Amino acid sequence: MTVAELSAVDMAQANGRYAVELHNTHIYYGSFRAVKDVSLQIERQRITAFIGPSGCGKSTVLRAINRMNDLIPGSRLEGRILFHGKNIYDPDVDPVEVRRRIGMVFQKPNPFPKSIYDNIMFGPRINGWRGTKAQADELVERALRGAAIWDEVKDKLHQPGTALSGGQQQRLCIARALAVQPEVILMDEPCSALDPISTLKIEELMLELRRNYTIIIVTHNMQQASRVSDYTAFFLMDADRAGQLVEYGPTEQIFTSPNDKRTEDYISGRFG
Amino acid sequence: MEQEARVSIERSAVIPAGTINLRGRRRFGERIIETIVFICGAISIFTTTAIVIVLFQEAWLFFGSPEVDLTEFFSTTTWQPETGRFGIWPLMMSTLITSIIALLVAVPLGLGAAIYLSEYASPTARGYLKPILEVLAGVPTVVYGYFALTFVTPVILQGLLGKENVEIYNMLSAGLTMGIMILPLVASMSEDALSAVPRSLREGSYGLGATRLETSVRVVVPAALSGILAAVIVAMSRAVGETMIVALAAGAGPRFTFNPLQAAETMTGHIARISGGDISYASIQYTSIFAIALVLFFMTLLLNLLSGWVVRRFREVYE
Repeated sequence: MTVAELSAVDMAQANGRYAVELHNTHIYYGSFRAVKDVSLQIERQRITAFIGPSGCGKSTVLRAINRMNDLIPGSRLEGRILFHGKNIYDPDVDPVEVRRRIGMVFQKPNPFPKSIYDNIMFGPRINGWRGTKAQADELVERALRGAAIWDEVKDKLHQPGTALSGGQQQRLCIARALAVQPEVILMDEPCSALDPISTLKIEELMLELRRNYTIIIVTHNMQQASRVSDYTAFFLMDADRAGQLVEYGPTEQIFTSPNDKRTEDYISGRFG
Repeated sequence: MEQEARVSIERSAVIPAGTINLRGRRRFGERIIETIVFICGAISIFTTTAIVIVLFQEAWLFFGSPEVDLTEFFSTTTWQPETGRFGIWPLMMSTLITSIIALLVAVPLGLGAAIYLSEYASPTARGYLKPILEVLAGVPTVVYGYFALTFVTPVILQGLLGKENVEIYNMLSAGLTMGIMILPLVASMSEDALSAVPRSLREGSYGLGATRLETSVRVVVPAALSGILAAVIVAMSRAVGETMIVALAAGAGPRFTFNPLQAAETMTGHIARISGGDISYASIQYTSIFAIALVLFFMTLLLNLLSGWVVRRFREVYE
C-alpha cells in the first residue's frame, strides 16, 4: 500500500523532470478547432495552473491529459501527449488505464450517491481490490487523511457523501481520486463552487499533495493561481476562436514580468 | 390594449406622483382559461370517484347477499358461480402467475435496453431506436393476444416442450407475451431515469478509471434505482390489469393451479368473459365481477402506493 508513495518518488528520479508533455496538440470538436498547437511540459511534483478567459480552451487541454474528451462525441486530437514517454493517444493505449494513473477532480463536487466509505472504495474496487476489510479501512482512512477531511468524517463513514457540505464534498472527491493512487491529479476549477474558507482548505491541501503528486489546476481565479502554483500557463482565444497557449513559465515570472503584452493585460485585469 | 399600455409608458415620466393607477384591470381571458382548466380537472376527478363508488355499490350487493361469505371469498380455492362457490384464489393466482412471468421477461430485457439506449447507443442510434420501442408500446393488446395464441403457444412452447405437455390455453404463453407488451414501458421509464442521472457522476466514475460497464452498473443504475423500481411497479400494475392477452391466451375457466403450462383464467379475463356474456343484471354472477374488480382495484392501488413509497425511499439525491 505504500506503493503510491514510493512510486511517485521513484518515478521522479527515474523518469526525469516532466510528468506530462504536450507536443503540438490541436483539439477539435467536430470541425471546430478548440485548441491550436499547444506545447508544454508539466514538471513533476509541482502545481501547474492553467489560466485565461472563458472559452480559451484551458479546460479542454486539461481534459485531454486524461482523455476525458473521448467521452464527447466528435472530439479529436492531433499531436502528442506524452506520459512516461508514451503518447497516450496511440491506438494501443486504453483510456481507462490512462485515467487510473491521471486522476481528476471536477468543477462541481460530484460524490457518488453512496456512503463516504463506498465513495473512497469505488476506485480500488473497480481496479480489482482484493484486500481484507482491515486493509480497506486503512486505505479509506489514508485517503481521507490525505485529503484533510478525516477528522470531519471519521464518525460518519457510512453516511452518504452527498450529505456533506460543498467544501467537504470536494475534499471527499479529492480523497476518492487519491485512493486509486494516481501520479497526476487534474483539477478543473475545483474551488469555483466553494466559499472562501473551503477554497482556502483546498489550496492548503494542494500544497500538501504536491509532495507526492503532480497537480494541474484550471482556475479562473488569478489570486489562486499566484497563491498555489509553481508554474502558470496563460491561454487565450485567437482570431478564429481557437484556444492557444500565450505564455508559460514560473508563476512568479508570469505574474511580475510577463514577456507577452497580452499576458500583462490579462494579469493586470485589463480584460477577461 | 397593447397600444394603450405603450402610451401610458410614454406618459409615465410626466405623470405627477400619487396619481398612478395600480388597480388591476379585468383580465377576462385569464378568468375563462382558469375556469376551463378547472372543469377539465374536475371531470377527471369526478369520473374516477364515480367509478370507485359504482364499484363499491355493486360489490356491496355481492358481499351482502346470503350466498356469499367473506371469509370463504378470501380463503377458498374454487370459483364456481353456478354452484355458489366464490373463492377468489384461483383467479388471483392466475393473475399473479401471468404477471410475474411478464415481469421476469420485461424487467431484465427492459433494463438492458434502457442501459443500452442511455449509456451505449450513439445519439443517432438512440434517435432511431426509441421511436421503434414506442411503436411497440402502441400495438393494440388484442394483437398481442392473437400472437400468444397462434404463435407463442403452438410454435414456441409446444415446439420446445412437446404438444402433450402444453395446453393450448396456458398462463406461460400469456405471461411471456404480456412481458413483451410491457417491455417498452419498462425500457422507456428506466431510460428516462438513467438519462436523468447527471453527467458529472459519469465523469467522476470515468475519471477514476472505470469502464463503461462499471460506470453503468455501479454508478448510473444505483443512482437511478428509484426510477427503475417505479418503472417495475408501474409495469406490474399494467400486467395485473391487462385483459385482452390473458382473456385470449391464458384460459377461459377459473382453475387453481401453480403450473404455468396449464390454462387458468385471470381476474381480468374472467370479468371480460362474464360481462361479455348474456347474464342478467340481477344475478349474483353479475355482481360477482364487481367484487373481483374491487379486489383488482385494491391490488393496483397498493402497487401504486408502493411505487410512490419506493421512489421516496430509494431516491439517491445527487445534488
